[in-house]
Amino acid sequence: MEFGPHLILATLEGAVTAAVLALTAVGLSLVFGVMRVVNIAHGEFYMLGAVIAWYVAQMVGGHPALGFVAALVIAPLVVGALAAAADVTILKRIEYDPERTIVATIGLLYIIQQLTLMTYGPEARPVEAPFNTRVELPWFDWFETLFGMAQPWGWSITSYKLFVIFAAGAVLCGVWAMMARTKIGLLMRATQADRDMALAFGIPVERVYALVFGIGAGLAALGAVLIVPIQQAHYLMGVEPLLLAFIVVIIGGLGSLPGTVLAALFIGLSDGIISVFFSPTLAKILATLLVGLVLVFRPQGLFGTRTA
Amino acid sequence: MSMGGRVLGLHLGLLVILFALQFVLPAYHHGNIARIMVLASYAVGYNILFGYTGLLSLGHALFFAAGMYGMGLTIQHAGFTPAPALVVGIVAGALVAGGLALLALRTAGVAFMIVTLMFAQAGYLTILYFGEYTRGDEGFVIQQAQRVLWGIDLSDPTARYFAAWGLFSVCFLMSLWLVRSRFGRTLIAIRENEERVRMLGYDTYAHKLGAMVVSGTISAAAGAFYGLLFGYAGATFGSVQYSIFPLLWVLLGGAGTVLGPFVGTLFMFYLIDLSSGVTSAYMLIAGVALVALTLFAPQGLTGEVRRRLWKGLP
Repeated sequence: MEFGPHLILATLEGAVTAAVLALTAVGLSLVFGVMRVVNIAHGEFYMLGAVIAWYVAQMVGGHPALGFVAALVIAPLVVGALAAAADVTILKRIEYDPERTIVATIGLLYIIQQLTLMTYGPEARPVEAPFNTRVELPWFDWFETLFGMAQPWGWSITSYKLFVIFAAGAVLCGVWAMMARTKIGLLMRATQADRDMALAFGIPVERVYALVFGIGAGLAALGAVLIVPIQQAHYLMGVEPLLLAFIVVIIGGLGSLPGTVLAALFIGLSDGIISVFFSPTLAKILATLLVGLVLVFRPQGLFGTRTA
Repeated sequence: MSMGGRVLGLHLGLLVILFALQFVLPAYHHGNIARIMVLASYAVGYNILFGYTGLLSLGHALFFAAGMYGMGLTIQHAGFTPAPALVVGIVAGALVAGGLALLALRTAGVAFMIVTLMFAQAGYLTILYFGEYTRGDEGFVIQQAQRVLWGIDLSDPTARYFAAWGLFSVCFLMSLWLVRSRFGRTLIAIRENEERVRMLGYDTYAHKLGAMVVSGTISAAAGAFYGLLFGYAGATFGSVQYSIFPLLWVLLGGAGTVLGPFVGTLFMFYLIDLSSGVTSAYMLIAGVALVALTLFAPQGLTGEVRRRLWKGLP
């Protein structure tokens, strides 16, 4: 295959990764930005989203689209509620102390992983995509003497993958609108800017925290529901998104939503492209080294305004 | 600074008990305690940076793996005998720790945590990338014939126990001496209030650099010994999990206490060991224990003893 078609394909595959990564990372970034909490269990909320999506799809039955839509609604809500409950019962009681939160969320990670293993089992299970037609990608080329459109066999993307990209974009717009335009968003931003002052103005900071923790986990779950028709649900699937989401949040600047989305695009695309042309491991080595170096020389991230 | 009799008695007492245990323990626990002592040495190294200097690193698996692979690869590919291989492993760990310190100490707080995590992850992926030499996840076995140190076969349980005890004793006493020395006191001061220490005219950067190199070197020594004593090196030891383990052990036992790392490692090891005999859900029990600990004993087991019973515990 030639370089051009390869590049388009790699870019599209990268965009799918970027879309899901952006959802997961924005969830992590919200939690970190507003609550100053490093949530190690974030990847497990992602995994729970995928697993619950499988259960819901099994229960609904009928046309795959029915189950998928139900999962899209139910999984984030359930995961969000679980996370909010964890916030109230554990994180609130240790007063969001950074070190203790890390230990507590590691504990949470173990608990969620083990409970999933015990109930769901070690198998990887797929959720059927609601639609999955192959979309041939047109490619223009010179044939003998005239310029025309070719459809080289073997490289095409499914309509579902394109849908993932657009769905993630829509949700991210929704999150932005919530933060910038609604009263809830205002309360969150106020809490983020100055917790004590917000408290003094009568903002129910504790409820805002529980809400933010729930929304953050819900976004991760949503990303996972979108990915299960492409990758299967598995009880260990939360580890890699956690690391990648960390990378993205840091590169984008702690607590900066536009930065997080841009960084997700950057990491997703470069991961897709480097993986296709070199090797996936090399792509990850480069990405992690890059994050390390970005932080060393610009601890506030590319788009951050504050130091951590 | 002179050591109080009680302090010295307590710490030397632990070493004497561990030494004596070797003659009474049944084979299974004998092996366990040897393993715990090596892992506790790793935790001791971690504690110097995290517990005493207040720097939360999530990248110590890099040092552990540097020691393990520095030792293992030279034995495997360069035909070294164990003694120089151990030295190579420890030196590799010190160099890696120094290099990472130069970069990571430019940051603080959460950024420091993530920088160390990222470089450790890059190190782990590098081990996988050079799978041709390192055998990646699968790892490689160090043959019994390659594990004979000065005529002592380290695969023999008794010799292994002595070697683990020796390593632990050195690390443990060094950490006791270090935190009671002028250097160690300065580290504790940096943990409590770095700004003030700097205003008093101390070079806090140099102190933190020193702490990271010492901590990384001890961790590398633990890694090198682990590989040699148990005859195996694999990429898993460089993964995030192995950075989180010493953090858990130290927090569980009590960060910033000399005894803490050992107590935490022992406790966690047997918690998982015993519960996995009862149920397969040992991770659930470990998770619940962690959450319960953060809720009810935030200073760890030894930390609670210090808070309630003996204020002068180092």
